[in-house]
Amino acid sequence: MAAGPLARRESRRFLLFALPWVIGFVFFSGGPIIASIAISFTQWDLLGTPRWIGLDNYDKLLGDDVFWTALDNTLYFGAGSAVLSVIVNLAMALLLNMRLRGQAIFRTIIYMPSVLSGIATALLWIHVLHPDYGLINHLLGSVGIQGPGWLIDQDWAVPGLILMSVWTTGNAMIIFLAGLQGVPVSLYEAAQLDGAGWWSRFRHVTVPMMSPVIFFNLVVGFIGSLQAFQLILFMTDGAPGNASLVLGLYVYRYAFKFFDMGYASTIAWALFFVVIVFTALQFLLARRWVHYEHR
Amino acid sequence: MTHSPEQAERIRKVQRTGAYLLLIVCTAAFLLPLLWMITTSLKDARSVLEFPPRFLPEEFHWENYWNAWNSTSFNRFLANSVLLTGLQVIGSLISCVLPAYAFARLRSRLRGPMFAAMLATMMIPGQVTLVPKFIMFSKLDMVDTYWPIVLPSFFGTALYIFLLRQFFTTIPQELVDSARIDGAGELRILWRIMIPLSKPAIATVTLMAFIGNWSEYLDPLIYLRTTELYTVPLGIALFRGQFEQQYQLMMAVSLMALVPVVVVFLAAQKHFIRGITMTGISGR
Repeated sequence: MAAGPLARRESRRFLLFALPWVIGFVFFSGGPIIASIAISFTQWDLLGTPRWIGLDNYDKLLGDDVFWTALDNTLYFGAGSAVLSVIVNLAMALLLNMRLRGQAIFRTIIYMPSVLSGIATALLWIHVLHPDYGLINHLLGSVGIQGPGWLIDQDWAVPGLILMSVWTTGNAMIIFLAGLQGVPVSLYEAAQLDGAGWWSRFRHVTVPMMSPVIFFNLVVGFIGSLQAFQLILFMTDGAPGNASLVLGLYVYRYAFKFFDMGYASTIAWALFFVVIVFTALQFLLARRWVHYEHR
Repeated sequence: MTHSPEQAERIRKVQRTGAYLLLIVCTAAFLLPLLWMITTSLKDARSVLEFPPRFLPEEFHWENYWNAWNSTSFNRFLANSVLLTGLQVIGSLISCVLPAYAFARLRSRLRGPMFAAMLATMMIPGQVTLVPKFIMFSKLDMVDTYWPIVLPSFFGTALYIFLLRQFFTTIPQELVDSARIDGAGELRILWRIMIPLSKPAIATVTLMAFIGNWSEYLDPLIYLRTTELYTVPLGIALFRGQFEQQYQLMMAVSLMALVPVVVVFLAAQKHFIRGITMTGISGR
């Protein structure tokens, strides 16, 4: 199909209208992505000139114990946050979907923390998780449980961070709620006629029908939580020791504490690789449990 | 297993009441940290370090807000944040509406590949571009200015373009065609047809850009050095160091920082929910 003058004029207009994004792509997204690959092959402290060192940074990465610790923590935090958020938000969406009175108020309250999430609420959670003066150990104490040393104890730093992150994932609840409204009522009625109780209705109707939505929230949640580090930087900065050091934070540390731009870029690409691998893995596993109505 | 109608009705009632109680308890769990924030902000310095802690203050110390405001440059940080967020929201709207219209309505051989490239950038972690962007801005001598924070907002954000483009494609093509026949140019079509018919999507993007930039921590942290230039989130981080253990002041400052967000959210929550159901992701 030969492009006529009209089509060419429209194509020029397309470029003109897309121009802000094109410039942004060159300088702030696509360009830096390509530059980052090149930087990862150099040694560069930002003051001198970059020195080409080939694969040395990648070699260093494989032998870097702290990197492997950070990878461990990233997967622990990422999986913990994604899975717990799916469970909590699905439960809340199921309760909300019963069309009880005041549904809108409950939805607002559950979703609000996601909007507020930031440094202010991170500071709040530092206080809420405080082992001695905090709300959570106070509540645990009132039912006779000695609360752990959230954020301070080696074993309780990541669980504390997971708890806070789940508090701010109300968007998953909104998506579940929209999905639940698409499950045909007739299926529940048929199950009820067969004498199915609420658990088997949940197990054999809700879960299969909702499995694409559960899968979506799991994948999006995991991608997000694998990259999360801003609030972790503020709350623990990786402490105690490196118990809450995640890969995103490790990138930040090398770039802005040690000014090793090459190695920081290498860690960033390792993080990308981890995200891709675990997303692909979830798509592979999805064949076993995700049920699509129309193929 | 069959029940008489009355029995079934009673079981249903018990189940509903149980669900209702469960819902109230769970929702309270979500609300409790925020209530704790408010009550802590009204305690005195001694009772925040009381063990075991109590939920409500013995008396309300409203002066904490006054003290927190005065003991810091909070008003300065607030003014900075208002300025920056305002510029970022305006920049995002202009630089996302135009490409979204191009991707939705203007045909070009480049459209497909460019749209794919845009979606691809959404999948790369932010950490990847962090270092090259910092190097670029420091070579341009823009560190410790607002340029690195504001400039990118004026050159398109993939998520917002995607969201607006999805909305623009739902507007009937006949409307656009008949405007073209009447001699309207692209800008006129955009301004007179697309934007008025996409108010919900525009509102959604405005809100996402507002909330996202208002609470952004990393960019100001990396680029700003001079305290006078700090934004509210950086200010809070600064107070955290100053107010060691004075949780009542920290909570008062944090609450003041959250007021604009709470007001905007409560006034426009249906737009937030629309944004999530349209893209599957929140703007953060």
